[in-house]
Amino acid sequence: MDRKNLTLFVAGGLIVILGLAFFVSPLASKSPDGLNRVAIDAGFADTQKDSATAGGPLAGYQVKGVENESLSRGLAGVIGVAITFGIGMILFGTLRTIRARRRPDEGSEAASAP
Amino acid sequence: MHIPDGFISTGVAVAADAVAVGTVGVSLKKAADTMEDKQAPLAGLVAAFVFAVQMLNFPIAAGTSGHLLGGVLAAVLVGPWLGAICISLVLIVQALFLADGGVSALGLNIVNMALLGALGGYAVFTAIRRITPRTKPVVVLDAAVAAGISVVMASIGFWVEYALGGVGEVSLRAVFAAMVGIHFLIGVGEAIITGLTIGAVMAVRPDLVYGARDLMPRLEVRSPTPAQEG
Repeated sequence: MDRKNLTLFVAGGLIVILGLAFFVSPLASKSPDGLNRVAIDAGFADTQKDSATAGGPLAGYQVKGVENESLSRGLAGVIGVAITFGIGMILFGTLRTIRARRRPDEGSEAASAP
Repeated sequence: MHIPDGFISTGVAVAADAVAVGTVGVSLKKAADTMEDKQAPLAGLVAAFVFAVQMLNFPIAAGTSGHLLGGVLAAVLVGPWLGAICISLVLIVQALFLADGGVSALGLNIVNMALLGALGGYAVFTAIRRITPRTKPVVVLDAAVAAGISVVMASIGFWVEYALGGVGEVSLRAVFAAMVGIHFLIGVGEAIITGLTIGAVMAVRPDLVYGARDLMPRLEVRSPTPAQEG
């Protein structure tokens, strides 16, 4: 498929994702999730230890220094999306390069479809 | 579903780290062997999507919530190998930057959500597809059902890890019943989100859905045939 359409799809997708992270994530349920509920009910929740990264600037989906809880969560979501997408693009771009080098005559996208 | 530090003994966590390294290593190799050019930005997008939607906890019962795990979603969109890498990437970012899921429990979480959730879930998807009609709406349904099952598989993965290395004296039978019961409900949510997402992508760009490639019209290679007429 044409590259321009794909770029448009990725850009549109990113806008939706950033919107979910910033606007919708502060509305999410704050109840313990399934595993934490089981841990509380079964009585092993107190064996939990603080994560080694619990003091980090984004720990617990809150940006350190941003007092408003909803804003803080929304911002942490946006930053998390940026980190994930950034690392992903580097990683998957590298994988693509490795593949292209291995099979130089099969570089085009249509040709490699099995 | 993100296991924090402390729930599972160090020995079992380290063993899970080894399995997780193997899972990611094999997935990277397979992805580098088979991926298509267009899948690179798509996989980045899928990872970002899973990260964002994992933040959207939905209520499932009094005082309990669940969120998307995303294994089948990712695997159906970009294939099992890239999908498993997407989920692993999300889990690593969450553990290192958001303190969501313990750093020492990273291997356990990758085993449950990438190995069982994405690779295992994709195997379930493939199995279901074999016995269901080959149409676009059915593929979306198949993905939804496989997604729901994958959440229960991941919860059983946790139970096995807890049985092997759980800290504390708790009835294993009670933990099993509670984990599977709650994650059956979360699986319903997983199925709905997965179905809606795959359905949306199928509507806009069906060619980008790896799990439905066989339904796309094939590109024919037409070589000029030597003139037979004449």
